[in-house]
Formats: sequence, structure tokens, C-alpha cells
Amino acid sequence: MGAASDLTGAAAPRRRPKRVLPGFGLTLGYTLFYLSIIVLIPLLALLAKSFSLSWPQFWEAVSAPRVLASYKLTFGASFIAACVNLVFGLLIAWVLVRYQFPGKKIVDAFVDLPFALPTAVAGISLTALLAGNGWVGQYFEPFGIQLAFNPNGVVIALIFIGLPFVVRTVQPVLEDSEKELEEAATSLGATRWQVFTKVILPSITPALLTGFAMAFARAIGEYGSVIFIAGNMPMVSEITPLIIIGKLEQYDTAGATAVAVVMLFFSFIMLLVINALQAWQRRHAGMPA
Amino acid sequence: MSAVANPSTRRAQAGTTEAPWVRFTLIGLALAFLALFLLLPLAAVFTEALRKGWDAYLAGLAEPDAWSAIRLTLLTAVIAVPLNLVFGVAAAWCIAKYEFKGKAFLTTLIDLPFSISPVVAGLMYVLVFGANGWFGSWLAEHDIKIIFAVPGIVLATVFVTFPFVARELIPLMQAQGNDEEQAAIVLGASGWQTFWHVTLPNIKWGLVYGVILCNARAMGEFGAVSVVSGHIRGQTNTIPLHVEILYNEYQSVAAFAAASLLALLALVTLVIKSIAEWQGEQQAKAAAALPPERPSA
Repeated sequence: MGAASDLTGAAAPRRRPKRVLPGFGLTLGYTLFYLSIIVLIPLLALLAKSFSLSWPQFWEAVSAPRVLASYKLTFGASFIAACVNLVFGLLIAWVLVRYQFPGKKIVDAFVDLPFALPTAVAGISLTALLAGNGWVGQYFEPFGIQLAFNPNGVVIALIFIGLPFVVRTVQPVLEDSEKELEEAATSLGATRWQVFTKVILPSITPALLTGFAMAFARAIGEYGSVIFIAGNMPMVSEITPLIIIGKLEQYDTAGATAVAVVMLFFSFIMLLVINALQAWQRRHAGMPA
Repeated sequence: MSAVANPSTRRAQAGTTEAPWVRFTLIGLALAFLALFLLLPLAAVFTEALRKGWDAYLAGLAEPDAWSAIRLTLLTAVIAVPLNLVFGVAAAWCIAKYEFKGKAFLTTLIDLPFSISPVVAGLMYVLVFGANGWFGSWLAEHDIKIIFAVPGIVLATVFVTFPFVARELIPLMQAQGNDEEQAAIVLGASGWQTFWHVTLPNIKWGLVYGVILCNARAMGEFGAVSVVSGHIRGQTNTIPLHVEILYNEYQSVAAFAAASLLALLALVTLVIKSIAEWQGEQQAKAAAALPPERPSA
């Protein structure tokens, strides 16, 4: 200890060593500057505009029956879509990690298609498929089931948009999971189903929920893919982002801002939830948060 | 297979995998779901575009409005992607290489644009730069148009693609640590030299990955751009907006022809992304496989 301090402490004792790498001030300064211009100032403009409304005006704008119906559709359809993605995302991640089959690498890469395909393209394509005369829709039409131009179409578009999230959060966790635990459980007499529910599922729960929350958050804000397929009937199949656009087109900027603030509020909540879930996931994996 | 395996290995196998019929059922279900929800929509784009043959397809793409939409989309991406690339590298450098107060908060702020609805993002820019916005009267006095013009489209695109490069580079640079950069600095390299010759080669595949996804989103963004564009034909229409107009006018073949360009872009993006992922893994493996150095050679 004494020898070491003789070597390093020749100068005045310092609490912290000097930073060796240059560029901290420059990069942090630029990051904050750019963040302010692109994200924070516009965000502030939105909040400031909403304060120009009195509380009764604000409340009237965000709680009109047509707007309430749009929340119900947006959150309901997003929740159903995220649930479907939870189940099938887990299935796809499981199949990609645990099994071998020809073309697996291509399938794996293909899962990210919804991230790469522009939403408007997905929207018109799904509409063409699901309309009463489309490839898929024609088989449902005789049974009186309409897949497009109603809430069914909204759910299907949101399933498409959110599909990769659960797969991509669960996949790495499944890859890292230790097979020894499963072997131990089996040798102690557990059935394969018990191993899955008692050993595997608990270890991937944080990742599953993170993927679910991400898919849900993305679905709430989605616009491009939904508006083509929804039919956009007021009170029935009108999503909240479309309400904002509608108000803007009628030059009701204040009303649009009020509804946007409600959406922003839920975006912040989802961001906090996702952050908390990711921290839980890191603790679960035994990594420093 | 199972005929040659002895009973004990078969039992060990059974502990970590499922019966063949379960495996095949699960693989079949997963592939069927992917085919129905991903492959079918992609195939539909090209089928609908070519429904009336190649001549109609090419005629749809040869319209002057289609060309101006393609030009505007390329211009937007050429401005937005480099801006977010420079930002992403700067943000990743300060967040991954240093410890400071508020780092977690800053990282969360960078992710913010991903959780905000594109429509809300577009509205925010209208409130800043629109006719009745914060800078509206000043901009009008100086005859500068941002909303319902190209600068607004670029800004909205920058917003929605803001986090792509940064969030790809931050975990990558954190995992790589500072050792190599510190060694370079101690040996006398300047900051820029260290970045170009030490950091950049280490992060290049992550960078490609972030940039290619950023570009795909920049070229395909619809909601945010739709709010600020004003939909002026031949002037402020990007390809996705052009697709929407044609589709609403029941010009199905022309709409899907323009959409097929974006679908091709998506496929190219997936290919480059896969290559970048694979190369990045190889690089990480090669770095991990380096033998420990002997004290004296």
C-alpha cells in the first residue's frame, strides 16, 4: 500500500484520476444541443400550447364522446395485438433458438420486416389482402366476418407492427439460458411441461413483459398502417392519432394539442414502465443495472 | 436416430427438448404465423403492383409526381441520416466512455422519440414553426417556409429517426470499454486519430446497422411527415405520401408500384442488416478469441 501510494501519489493526492480520453465536453455539449433543438423545444411548445387552454376547455377537448371512443379503440386494439404478439412472439423466439430447420437464418432475418417496411405500405397491402375480395378476406366474407374497415383490421395491422418486439427481447434471453437447470429439473422428475412453466418461463418473464410493453407502446402511437385498413368511422373505427389529424385539418390546433398531450402522457408512462422492466430484466440476468 | 442412441442419452435428450411431434407442430405454427402475417403482405405488394403487367407498373413509376416524390424522399434521407449519424456517435461517445450525473436520464431522453406517436411529433413542429407557432410570425416576415415545405419534412424525419444510431452504438461501445482508446492516447495519438483508427473500426458494423435502420425509417416515415407536409403534389410529397394519394384516388396499380419501391428498400435493408449483424458477431468473436499475450516474447 505504502509503495503503491509512493508511485502514484507523487503529486498531490487526487480523489479522481484525470480523464484520459478527450472529447467529453464536445460530445456532451453537442448531444445536449441537438437533443434540445430536435426533441425538447418542440416538446415544450406542445406543453406550452396546452396551457393556453383553460381546464374546462381542455377537459371538453379530451373527453368528447368521439375522442373517448377513439381511446377505447386505440388502447383496446393495442392491448389485444400486444397479447397476440406475446404468445406468437414467444413461440417464434422459442422455435428460432431451440430447434433446427432449413431456412432458419432467413426466417430469423425476416422477422424484422415490420421494422423495415414503411407503415403506409403495410397498410395498403393488408387492406388489399383483408378486404372482402382480397386473398384472405374472401374466405371470411361468406361467414359474415369482415376483416377490413372495422376494428378487426386495426388489430391485425397492430399485430403486424408489433410482431418483432417480443421475438427480439426474448430471443437473447433464451439463448443465454442454462440448459443445466432444465436437466436438473428433469432428473428430479419434472415433466417437460413442468420444466417449461416452472423453470424456463420464470427466467424469461421480464423479457416477455418488456417486449409486450414495447409492442403495446408502439401500437398506441401507430398511424400509417392503421388508417388505410380501419375505415375510420367516427365512434367505431377511428384511432386517437387520427382524431389529432382531424382536429388539425379543421384548424382546431388547441383541441389537437389537448388530445396530443393525453397521448404524450401515456407515452411517458409506457417509457417509465419499459425502463423499469428493463432494469428488472438486467437484475434478473445478474448484470449490473 | 433414436434407434442408435442408448437409453441414457435419450433420457438426457428428453430433459432439454420436446417430442418430435411437439417440435414439428411448434415449428409449423410459427412458420404459418409468419407466412400469414409477414410473407403474405409482402407478396401482395408486388402482386398488386404487377396486376396489369409490367407496362402499367412502369407507367405508374414514370409519372412526374412519382419522380418528384422519389427525389424528395432521397433528399430527406440524405440530410436526416447523416445528422442523426453524427449525433449518434457523439451521444454514444459521451455516454459510453464517461461516468457523469444524469447519464441514465439522458439515455432515456434519447429514446423518447421512439415512444412518441409520429402524429404528435408532427404536431409539435407545427406548434413551433407553423403560421401561429412560436416562430411563425418571424419566419413569415423573413419569407422562410418550414411547415408545408421541405424543411418541415426533414425536421419531422430527423425527429422520428433520432435514436436509431445512438441506441445501437451505446451498448456496443459500453461493452468494448475504454482500454484500447486509453492505450492510443497514452502512446501519443490525438483524440481524432484515436477515434478514426481505434474506435471506428471497432464499431463500424454497429454503425452500419444503426444507419441502415435509420435510413429505412427515414425513407418510409408516414405519420409525422403527413402532418407537416401539406400534401402539395410534385413539391412536398414523399413516396409514402404519394402512395396514400394514389391509393385514395383508386389508382391501385400506381399506388402499389410506388409501394413496391419501398418494399424493395425494406428487403435490401434486411439483407444489409443481417450482414452487419453477422460481421459484428464475427468481429466480437475474433476479439474474444485472441490468445492472452505472453509477458515476454
